[in-house]
Amino acid sequence: MTELRQRAVREPDAPPEDKESESEIKVDGETASDSESRAEAVSLATSADDTPEVLNRALSNLSSRWKNWWVRGILTLAMIAFFFIIIYLGPMVLMIIVMCVQIKCFHEIITIGYNVYHSYDLPWFRTLSWYFLLCVNYFFYGETVTDYFFTLVQREEPLRILSKYHRFISFTLYLIGFCMFVLSLVKKHYRLQFYMFGWTHVTLLIVVTQSHLVIHNLFEGMIWFIVPISCVICNDIMAYMFGFFFGRTPLIKLSPKKTWEGFIGGFFATVVFGLLLSYVMSGYRCFVCPVEYNNDTNSFTVDCEPSDLFRLQEYNIPEVIQSVIGLTTIWMYPFQIHSIALSTFASLIGPFGGFFASGFKRAFKIKDFANTIPGHGGIMDRFDCQYLMATFVNVYIASFIRGPNPSKLIQQFLTLRPDQQLHIFNTLRSHLADKGMLTATTEDE
Amino acid sequence: MPTLQHFETDIDDRYGDLDSRTDSDIPEIPPSSDRTPEILKKALSGLSSRWKNWWIRGILTLTMISLFFLIIYMGSFMLMLLVLGIQVKCFHEIITIGYRVYRSYDLPWFRTLSWYFLLCVNYFFYGETVADYFATFVQREEQLQFLIRYHRFISFALYLAGFCMFVLSLVKKHYRLQFYMFAWTHVTLLITVTQSHLVIQNLFEGMIWFLVPISSVICNDITAYLFGFFFGRTPLIKLSPKKTWEGFIGGFFSTVVFGFIAAYMLSKYQYFVCPVEYRSDVNSFVTECEPSELFQLQSYSLPPFLKAVLRQETVSLYPFQIHSIALSTFASLIGPFGGFFASGFKRAFKIKDFANTIPGHGGIMDRFDCQYLMATFVHVYITSFIRGPNPSKVLQQLLVLQPEQQLNIYKTLKTHLIEKGILQPTLKV
Repeated sequence: MTELRQRAVREPDAPPEDKESESEIKVDGETASDSESRAEAVSLATSADDTPEVLNRALSNLSSRWKNWWVRGILTLAMIAFFFIIIYLGPMVLMIIVMCVQIKCFHEIITIGYNVYHSYDLPWFRTLSWYFLLCVNYFFYGETVTDYFFTLVQREEPLRILSKYHRFISFTLYLIGFCMFVLSLVKKHYRLQFYMFGWTHVTLLIVVTQSHLVIHNLFEGMIWFIVPISCVICNDIMAYMFGFFFGRTPLIKLSPKKTWEGFIGGFFATVVFGLLLSYVMSGYRCFVCPVEYNNDTNSFTVDCEPSDLFRLQEYNIPEVIQSVIGLTTIWMYPFQIHSIALSTFASLIGPFGGFFASGFKRAFKIKDFANTIPGHGGIMDRFDCQYLMATFVNVYIASFIRGPNPSKLIQQFLTLRPDQQLHIFNTLRSHLADKGMLTATTEDE
Repeated sequence: MPTLQHFETDIDDRYGDLDSRTDSDIPEIPPSSDRTPEILKKALSGLSSRWKNWWIRGILTLTMISLFFLIIYMGSFMLMLLVLGIQVKCFHEIITIGYRVYRSYDLPWFRTLSWYFLLCVNYFFYGETVADYFATFVQREEQLQFLIRYHRFISFALYLAGFCMFVLSLVKKHYRLQFYMFAWTHVTLLITVTQSHLVIQNLFEGMIWFLVPISSVICNDITAYLFGFFFGRTPLIKLSPKKTWEGFIGGFFSTVVFGFIAAYMLSKYQYFVCPVEYRSDVNSFVTECEPSELFQLQSYSLPPFLKAVLRQETVSLYPFQIHSIALSTFASLIGPFGGFFASGFKRAFKIKDFANTIPGHGGIMDRFDCQYLMATFVHVYITSFIRGPNPSKVLQQLLVLQPEQQLNIYKTLKTHLIEKGILQPTLKV
């Protein structure tokens, strides 16, 4: 994905692959000496070298500070434009992009681990890290994809077997990796190998689980994917702007550039942005409907009757605001109320993900996770605030928006034993009878 | 700012020590004091050192096995508490090793945060699993209903609070140490807490699913040791020089036979075979049911060569015994890898034992390292081959739905059950 985008920006230039590998080698060379404090000065030079020639020439007469500002600005717009293009292309492409971002983040963090521990030549280790990534992805994709592609999976015999014994197969694959790790332990490098094993697992925990929660949210409806991510990006940008123009009181020692003015300004701006964005998006079915796999057309469709959340309702404005705005009621989508919760989380707790990443970078004396994006650093640098957002949205949806999926429950029910089915049926019947939902006509059907 | 950089270089010397290429730079961690009780010492004072060690190990082994039987007799609830206690102790042992390795006893907040995360993750898991089993009890109490419905949200909020505390507790000179301890805590949680919850889930499936795997691992440990002691010659793996191929193979066959016999003996009793249920009327756990087909004797025709040996046409076995072969095989072939992992870990961090809780054996973790993978295997085995999803969980999710959805599902289920002949169509009343 990053190659695509960089190619678009650097077309008149030397082949992008060379440029990228060059910068990677520079990164490795620099961060390998991270125990010395001059790493910071050297990596700064590297990021400047990474800027494409076009931009360099265009901005050559500006001062260094403004040049950096312009580079960041242009790249920000490029990334946002790219984001819109992908949204237009549809859920399948979005899924693939999420997967690529996940792999790149994993690669960046593992590379940092290699550099920290000077452990490039550990036997087997790179193979094992990628193998574990594959296993965990296989497990998660199997769990989620099976639910959404249920009918497709039931049709094809090999897929059906794979899905029935999915957990067993995933566990076996993981075990093979585990045994390979144990067999690969070499006398003088035990500690390093255990460190890298731990490093890989924590990275998997962070990166892979988040990306799968993102995909879950996506399937719930593209609006649940777009609004949270946009809120985090907006908070980033707004907090930076407010801090740039009004910033005075430092926020936290970890990130000296962050200020309270930026933080609070960003919070209010993001809430307003979230409200507006949800209003605009709730009108369109393609954003609001759950993504479903249509058997007949063999593709993803987003077509449905929008749920109550996405239907305009009238709300009474409290007296205080009535006098200000001059209206007694206002038409809003209920989803906009939820968007306030999402934006609040994005502005108040999301930055903690950023502080965590800042602390991590300081701990391991690196300036950026990598140098993939000029002016911004690595992919991980852009996604550090998203870290907690995806989990929050997923938990929020599961707790407040929808309960368990009814069709999934029916599927699970059908796999139970007959006596268990009867027991559950009777309990459900008595429960519904208590609630007075069962009438004589229902019983006759 | 030159002074600041100079300071940080000093810290880097310390980190350089931690991240060093070879293990030789690592300081030895002094072992804790000997905890062998005085009584044993006096009784064995006359024997030579090697036999004395053998006797101490032997006596402690028997003590632990008797304790195990005692708790089984006391019932599933006690077993659950025991598993929880072991989990907490294992967590404590591994975290203490982390403190010693990183010499980080005086990191601000860190001990509090580690225990807080342990509490959070346990709360999350207990809410997910145990709540299902207490469904009837939970339906009665309003506050519990609320806790169950928003369980994930509450757990996540608790975890987030810990995460934010961690970020706020980062101190300038100790960033790297704090991140290491954070990661150490999370990996430890991943290992100990998930395993212990899978053990408890297996337990609720039926105590036999808890007893047979654990006994197979213990049996494999003991018989591999004995075979190695008497016949051992070819070393098995460089990591553990005391293990031999003879011990490994001998242990494998004995464990399969042991598992087979233990399964046969336990399958007769409802107490071991029935899923554990919480009955609200008696306010306790009961194990009473109609044993499933797995635990009903069936006739199997013997293959011809066994017929000649045993001089019987058929043999009556419990189907569960066939499954026990799979469990024992895993316990003997793959279980030891958990032990090798722990040996490698101990060598990596230059410790002889995880702790000194059990005289002659080391810490709790030393005893449970082979069990590590077994619990996960049994759980995956049960969900893949024995039963489908957990019925109480399905019921609980059903009860959480909107009434209209429940009604729709009710109609669908009714149609399905009548089609299959499980439910007789009711007459008009």
